[in-house]
Amino acid sequence: MSLVVTHTKYQFLETIRIPIAVIGNAFFPSASMLFFVVPFAGDDPVAATYATGSMMTFAVMASCLFTYGIGVSEDRAQPWDPYLRTLPAGPGPRFAGRLMTGLAFMAIALIPVVVIAALLTEANVSAFQVLLGLVALAAGAVPFTFLGLLIGYSLPSKAAIAVAQILFFPLAFGGGLLTSPQQAPAFIENIAPYLPTRGAVELVWAAIGDFTPKVTSLVMLAVWTVVTGVLATWAYRRDEGRRFS
Amino acid sequence: MTEVLAHADAVTRRYGDVVALNDVSLEIRAGELVGLLGPNGAGKSTLVNLFAGLRRPSSGTVTLFGGPPGDPASRLRLGMTPQETGLPPTLRVREVVDFVAAHFPSPAGRDELLARFDLTELRDRQVGGLSGGQKRRVAVALAFAGRPRLVMLDEPTTGLDVEARRALWDAIRDFHADGGTVLLTSHYLEEIEALAERVVVVGQGRVLADDTLAAVRGMVGVRRVVLSVPELPDLPGVLGVERDGERTRLLTTDADRLVRELVRSDVPFSGLEIQPTTLEEAFLTITTRDAHPAPAV
Repeated sequence: MSLVVTHTKYQFLETIRIPIAVIGNAFFPSASMLFFVVPFAGDDPVAATYATGSMMTFAVMASCLFTYGIGVSEDRAQPWDPYLRTLPAGPGPRFAGRLMTGLAFMAIALIPVVVIAALLTEANVSAFQVLLGLVALAAGAVPFTFLGLLIGYSLPSKAAIAVAQILFFPLAFGGGLLTSPQQAPAFIENIAPYLPTRGAVELVWAAIGDFTPKVTSLVMLAVWTVVTGVLATWAYRRDEGRRFS
Repeated sequence: MTEVLAHADAVTRRYGDVVALNDVSLEIRAGELVGLLGPNGAGKSTLVNLFAGLRRPSSGTVTLFGGPPGDPASRLRLGMTPQETGLPPTLRVREVVDFVAAHFPSPAGRDELLARFDLTELRDRQVGGLSGGQKRRVAVALAFAGRPRLVMLDEPTTGLDVEARRALWDAIRDFHADGGTVLLTSHYLEEIEALAERVVVVGQGRVLADDTLAAVRGMVGVRRVVLSVPELPDLPGVLGVERDGERTRLLTTDADRLVRELVRSDVPFSGLEIQPTTLEEAFLTITTRDAHPAPAV
């Protein structure tokens, strides 16, 4: 257990010392809050609350794709990774540390969104709803964590950067994160339920507001979770097998 | 009987169709300072990776401190050096040491370790800002962070200047003098000569020689004799013959005798040169000689 803490601590330090990586991670959701949510929906408590939920989902998705996808891929390219495998610890602590570090950077991306929502909009939720919202976010984060790990363990770092960036926008826009519920263009309403972002954000909306999630979205979220989970496990095993067998 | 710390028993390791190690058996006993010598691609790194648990043998068995190297518990008393290019650039020197030390039950004191490798002044510097030689010293120091009984150093002084190299050799000798066991790989004969007592020569995936330093030094002292000659007479001690247009190149361990025989045979040769060979050529020769008893390269 203490090794998990050690790995988390040093992986966190490694990343936090490149400030642009942290800012990049936290910038999009916060900037979207400031440019789109505050001026257009800030005065409407319901719209502001939903939009905040969307931006939080957005932040979680971006953190997963970037910290896991690009981070894992870059680490795999370094000889430091096999060196750590010669220390008297299995791959567990490093992997756990990786997940914990990802969660920490998610929190760093989420905090400004919450602060902006609380100070600059009329968004209003109870403490219980905040807690429920965080649980919903955590559940929604699972497929994106798998997706990030899949990218990280299966692609070289240059490809991982490109793929993470290419996936990032359609997932956010297509899933309806950048538009409020029922106000998205028709084509987005059509495709959104089939994207994992939609199921994730509907969970969050339901947790913090008066929203009833669609069955299709939730079923598809479950499907995405299982499929990305299987693929991420496959990619991790394949990478282990290729480098450590 | 001396305790065996690392043992490879009839180990073969293949990467696809390539045989990196071919039926290799090797014991590293407590208190030894073993030099593993061989050209690039000879199988040195594969052997080290097998002992460190990074790879599994295709056949045969590898044990480390009596257990399988893949089991973390077997690696508690093992010290390894990372490639310096892989050190996490944003961490400080003392943080990297602390991080590695945290994996071991009774690690070396950080300040004492840094002092031993002349890193005290660099302790708060980020690794990414260090010179290549400084990174190399950090990397080697990490092998000693967990108070190991056995350290495996892969090309430890590549890229170091003479002074830093000697300082590092001293640190390795001190560790050995205190009872530590060392497996050192290098393709520099000089480094092996400076440190090792026992030398294992590997080439093309096999152990070609496993002997004292003096014995192996004799084996790899190969010279190249170059001359122009219409027809080559039968000569003693020729390990290999190569023709390049007019010129004929002969590899031999005894150039003096070869030249005497050449003169005695009364062939009209010209442009005689005797050149030192690189270690790699010497290895190739040894390998070829073992594979084909007839002198043909």
